[in-house]
Amino acid sequence: MKRHLISTADLSRDDALLILDTAEEMAQVSTRAVKKLPTLRGRTVVNLFFEDSTRTRTSFEVAEKRLSADVINFSAKGSSVSKGETLKDTALTLQAMGADAVVIRHGASGAPKRLAESDWLHGSVVNAGDGTHEHPTQALLDAFTMRRHLNPGRGHDLDGRRITIVGDVLHSRVARSNVHLLHTLGAQVTLVAPPTLMPFGVENWPCEISYDLDAALPKSDAVMMLRVQRERMNAAFFPTQREYSRRYGLDAARAGVLPDHAIVMHPGPMVRGMEIASEIADSARSTIVEQVANGVSVRMAVLYLLLGGSEPAIAPTSSVSTVSTVSTASTAGITEEPSK
Amino acid sequence: MTTHPASNSASNRSGNAAGAGSQRQVLDEGDISRSLTRIAHEIVERAKGAEDVVLLGIPTRGVLLARRLHARLAQITGRDIPIGTLDITMYRDDLRLKPARALEHTEIPQGGLDGKLVVLVDDVLFSGRTIRAALDALGDLGRPRAVQLAVLVDRGHRELPIRADYVGKNLPTSLREAVKVKLEEIDGQDAVLLGHSRNGRNEDSNGSDQ
Repeated sequence: MKRHLISTADLSRDDALLILDTAEEMAQVSTRAVKKLPTLRGRTVVNLFFEDSTRTRTSFEVAEKRLSADVINFSAKGSSVSKGETLKDTALTLQAMGADAVVIRHGASGAPKRLAESDWLHGSVVNAGDGTHEHPTQALLDAFTMRRHLNPGRGHDLDGRRITIVGDVLHSRVARSNVHLLHTLGAQVTLVAPPTLMPFGVENWPCEISYDLDAALPKSDAVMMLRVQRERMNAAFFPTQREYSRRYGLDAARAGVLPDHAIVMHPGPMVRGMEIASEIADSARSTIVEQVANGVSVRMAVLYLLLGGSEPAIAPTSSVSTVSTVSTASTAGITEEPSK
Repeated sequence: MTTHPASNSASNRSGNAAGAGSQRQVLDEGDISRSLTRIAHEIVERAKGAEDVVLLGIPTRGVLLARRLHARLAQITGRDIPIGTLDITMYRDDLRLKPARALEHTEIPQGGLDGKLVVLVDDVLFSGRTIRAALDALGDLGRPRAVQLAVLVDRGHRELPIRADYVGKNLPTSLREAVKVKLEEIDGQDAVLLGHSRNGRNEDSNGSDQ
């Protein structure tokens, strides 16, 4: 696996399956009395959140704590960022404090990639959502949830499963990450949205495009509803909320045409009555709460695979840090024992 | 590859003599089978009927050996002894010396471990570090009444104060030798081989040789 997780497009099928299989084992830890593993003892993980988030930040924090990492939460509010500090200076500060990994959410697409490619800090960078670009751990937990329902078992992929993603694709980093990952895992993805909410260049994505939800539903194994991101909308993308809801919302009548085994997903936070009716969100085929639980397992898997092993072996391309307090002695036989 | 009788334990000297890649068989199918049968009887004897015994195999080959012990215990006692698997990867002390490893499956039998006599099963006992990790993992899973250890081969060179309760065969080795346990289920044959190790320590990918 790579040293950073920036985009699901970087993941090979084997990488993706390794993460999902590892997450299956991590899920067991959450069912035990002692929900703790010693694996990342002595490692420091910084949650660097420039954008509001409850679900993702909490999920990462729980995952980090279950692996015994030291967790530092850094949110833009109440930090030096509000005084005008740049991303670079924030990163240099974190590097000086010896962060082994940075989980970053940023409003600007590409901020995690900038951080990963810079020499500002040497730890692993995990993208927790950047602008309208990607949200890889969300896509991984979605794929994990789909696999559990549609093709359970270690080493299984989503070959031939039909996934329909509905709603505000234009502003959705979740949709983008999901399209790449699900395609890698062999699923057939159909995006359904009003033409105004389809991103530019979507015809080059590895998926099908439709403007008709009713036609797509009967042949879907899973349907994922996306939130209409009003906070990112600076223009009129559809006439009224009601019209959007009538054409692209999932209500009981529409859910009725889904195959019996099909699941209904939502990355959250959802707007009940807008993209999804309350009775569907609370129905037996809804996996919305399960997705949150799976998020912890998947994030534990990602953190373990990025940080659990020796640094040089998963960082073949990175420059070796000389000042970092975390650099592992690469000579075999010399045991690094900061945490023992 | 020649077959030696099981009584041949004078293997310390063969370290330098054997060329790289050459392997000598120290236990054959019958030896392994008899060892496991004896261990099963010893477990029943020491646990006074094995009523609260739980078998936990350590992946990969420890799991297969635990299954075989399970079958023998069922024959002897007429009861279905709980059996599970225990992956110790996340508890290893050498995690940071190698790339992150894929995890094996941990399965704790219904009824849990609290108050039970847990018998850990592994193929080779070497440094003792795997068992140290297994004991740590057990601590997070419950509080057994007692923990015992059954291994097919004890090759010596302990680095921790750990010993086995049930041993299939004590096999004195040099550090330059590698012990390889082969089992029908995944290797196509039952055998214990003694060969020449490249780096002195046989760093098996699944770590079963520790």
